[in-house]
Amino acid sequence: MSYRRFQKIKEWFIEKALFLSALFSVFITIGIIGVLIFETFEFFKVVSIVDFLTDTQWTPLFSEKHFGILPLFAGTFVTTIIAMAVSLPVGVITAIYLSEYASNKVRIFIKPILEILAAVPTVVYGYFALLFVTPLLQKVIPDMSGFNSLAPGIVMGIMIIPIIASLSEDAMHAVPMSLREGALALGATRFQVAIKVVLPAALSGIAASFILGISRAVGETMIVAIAAGQQPRLTLNPLVPIETVTAYIVQVSLGDTPTGTIEYSTIFAAGMSLFAVTFVLNIVSYWLKKRFREEYE
Amino acid sequence: MDRKLLNRLYDRGFLFIGIFATSISLIFLLALLLDILADGMGRLGWQFLSSYPSRKPEEAGILSAWVGTVWIMVLTGCIAFPLGVSAAIYLEEYSRKNWLTDIIEINIANLAGVPSIIYGLLGLGLFVRFMNMERSVIAGAMTLAILVLPIVILSTREAIKSIPPSIREASYALGASKWQTIRNQVIPAAMPGIMTGVILAMSRAVGETAPLITIGALTYVAFLPTSPISSEFPYLSFQGFFDAFTALPIQIFNWVSRPQKGFAIDAAAGIIVLLVITFVMNAFAIYLRQKYQKKIRW
Amino acid sequence: MKKAMIFLTIMAVFAGFTAPESYAATVVKIDGSSTVYPITEAVAEEFQKVEKGKTKVTVGISGTGGGFKKFCNGEIDISDASRPIKPSEVELCKKNSIEYVELPVAYDGLAVMVNPKNNWVDYLTVKELKKMWEPEAQGKIKKWNQIRPNWPDKEIHLFGAGVDSGTFDYFTEAINGKGGASRGDFTASEDDNVLVQGIATDTLALGFFGVAYYEHNKDRLKLVPIDDENDTNGKGPVLPEYDNVVKGTYQPLARPIFIYVNKKSAEKSEVQRFISFYMKKGAELSKEVGYIALPEKAYNLGLGRFEKRIAGSVFGGHGAQVGVKIEDLLQKEGK
Repeated sequence: MSYRRFQKIKEWFIEKALFLSALFSVFITIGIIGVLIFETFEFFKVVSIVDFLTDTQWTPLFSEKHFGILPLFAGTFVTTIIAMAVSLPVGVITAIYLSEYASNKVRIFIKPILEILAAVPTVVYGYFALLFVTPLLQKVIPDMSGFNSLAPGIVMGIMIIPIIASLSEDAMHAVPMSLREGALALGATRFQVAIKVVLPAALSGIAASFILGISRAVGETMIVAIAAGQQPRLTLNPLVPIETVTAYIVQVSLGDTPTGTIEYSTIFAAGMSLFAVTFVLNIVSYWLKKRFREEYE
Repeated sequence: MDRKLLNRLYDRGFLFIGIFATSISLIFLLALLLDILADGMGRLGWQFLSSYPSRKPEEAGILSAWVGTVWIMVLTGCIAFPLGVSAAIYLEEYSRKNWLTDIIEINIANLAGVPSIIYGLLGLGLFVRFMNMERSVIAGAMTLAILVLPIVILSTREAIKSIPPSIREASYALGASKWQTIRNQVIPAAMPGIMTGVILAMSRAVGETAPLITIGALTYVAFLPTSPISSEFPYLSFQGFFDAFTALPIQIFNWVSRPQKGFAIDAAAGIIVLLVITFVMNAFAIYLRQKYQKKIRW
Repeated sequence: MKKAMIFLTIMAVFAGFTAPESYAATVVKIDGSSTVYPITEAVAEEFQKVEKGKTKVTVGISGTGGGFKKFCNGEIDISDASRPIKPSEVELCKKNSIEYVELPVAYDGLAVMVNPKNNWVDYLTVKELKKMWEPEAQGKIKKWNQIRPNWPDKEIHLFGAGVDSGTFDYFTEAINGKGGASRGDFTASEDDNVLVQGIATDTLALGFFGVAYYEHNKDRLKLVPIDDENDTNGKGPVLPEYDNVVKGTYQPLARPIFIYVNKKSAEKSEVQRFISFYMKKGAELSKEVGYIALPEKAYNLGLGRFEKRIAGSVFGGHGAQVGVKIEDLLQKEGK
């Protein structure tokens, strides 16, 4: 065999090997979905899907068994709403400020701060929520329980600000200067330009950041596991212990249940619902991002 | 009031609101760092870094935790690096614009948004149970490697993209094959960018708690994984990779869950160590990125 | 060549981060009750110091039930249990040919606790506890004034052991009359630290767990005396104090707690050393962590049973039994 021929065969193998690595990511998704579906299937052998979606109590391990996922999602819902109530306004306003008002110096100073906020491990945020924010809030609201959804919600919100701010800012950055200049030439203030010209133009990008933020809040685990409590409860009250879908999975995992038990399959059923929700949110966000990127090309 | 004045007022007003909103992030970060430092600074010291966890908060230390973190971090990097770089090379250099490539790309984008605990469930169902790896270092590292894979792929792709075609064309002109070009020209040139990605990935792996808890990392671990250098033939052992382990974020989580005040202080001290590691790695990665960007003068 | 260098460097990094003594260390695996955990953790810590790294001990807190599941599947050497083994677990062990030696290690006064700012609970009767915790209470008993009309019209936030916990089994057996029968809408955790944290920071909370966890958090919790309305063993409400538990007047919530050793594991020298250490230091360490130590005779009897490998449970494998006093325990073990 000639040297050239050998090279060609070697190259073919290398290309295929690299291709497999790329394909691996698809295998991961298949793996995730596979594992989740398999165990969820085991779960639904025992529990009816109607019960799962409509029952108002989650007590899978007690004598009076209830398998309604609603209380867990209620917990996730309350913490997410609080988080978004903090991160959306602050994030968007920060983005507008950085994009339309701030000088370069300020921008160079603030951007790393936001990056740092995003890099802090969530267990640190959990510590802060439980041991600093909750006692602080209890001084103002004495009847608030040590485990509640307000403190972790606020902390999660701050954690999400960088996501909202940087994506929104990217979106605003993509709006051509000519639009701004046109408005300014007509006598508009920066504020009017920001609100009436840039914001509407960047809307799909901002919406994408918003959806991504929600997805992040829904999937967040450690902050709520540490500070929100372990009591599944169908309530909208932010001052009492609750449990989120993610915290439930952690709680059961800490007890390390053996394969094949109903407890084991409950965490996968919870995981499956979580995956489904975040998957949909991510797809929507991806689609919105594509739209804003294409709008001005 | 006349319209123009009102608009000016809104403009001014928003300036202040904007500054205020932006400072919220700053103030929060400061409060966080100051609180942690105040709580934990006093506890840091040689004793803390070299002791095992204990039932007495004053004697508890993070030895098994930070060693576990180092093991996990290095192992995760070793797994994610070849996988991620190969995938990125394929996508940048070899792939054609067909439906399969699109699926792969969408897939990677999607994986980046999956909650970390789902990766933990994957690790539990696949590595720990199905492949019987138990709650070992290797199971944890493989789970985390999958989690950080999108980061490595993304950074590597960026790094490769920024290498101008002229380098490749010159290499081909000299008679090199495609792989030779990639191996000898593209990858070395992209190395700083690739390293940035790997370091960022490892720094992310360092802080992840949920997936490790789900696969069952223990919290009371008063020993270190078995050394790979053993005293008998063949002098190299992989036993350590299959040992039980703990990691910094898990130890912190365990201490935070304990009600005694002493453990809250231990947790704060542990957090300081974790933050130092995280920030140093991130700073190093960014420094590499800056240096690399300056160096390129094609 | 370069690849080999990188590989060796990485291996060296790992080697650098390992203890030199960990070459051929053996492991003793323990898991189970979070009530027994403080004692076992203390013993394991002191033991590993004495062994200087020759033996590793891992201790998990999956709950008594969780621990037994693993134990009867042969996954662990020793099971921590805050109640005797129950029929389904006896079955499972038999199925997997696992024999066990039962060793009592201490006495626990299961304590009921509220937040220090709670100024209305002066004591609780067993009947009132039942009203709060029985399965029928789920979704219905939500406020303090439903227990006693003169108590506040505010929510009760309940904290208690989870279903995998022996404490849960025991409490439900003693209070609700049937092991495992309980309402499900409360904060349940096998990790007693979570419960302490919850009660200590919530003025409306009430919970139960091993008295050792109270001892370590005295300033953040308030103990509730229990009245079993049975004058023959102590009149009126009784606190789980040392004397009351020893005398047997703190009823029905005083109970022995155990470890179970896998007979096969007992053949390993490291397990033998560990158990011998446990029985010798058990009294001192259980007192240190806040439990009631058994009389020295009990530990000697235990060590004897272990050395003779006398398998099986003196409680007949029926699970939690209420009202076992220390003298009863000694009698049973002595046989």
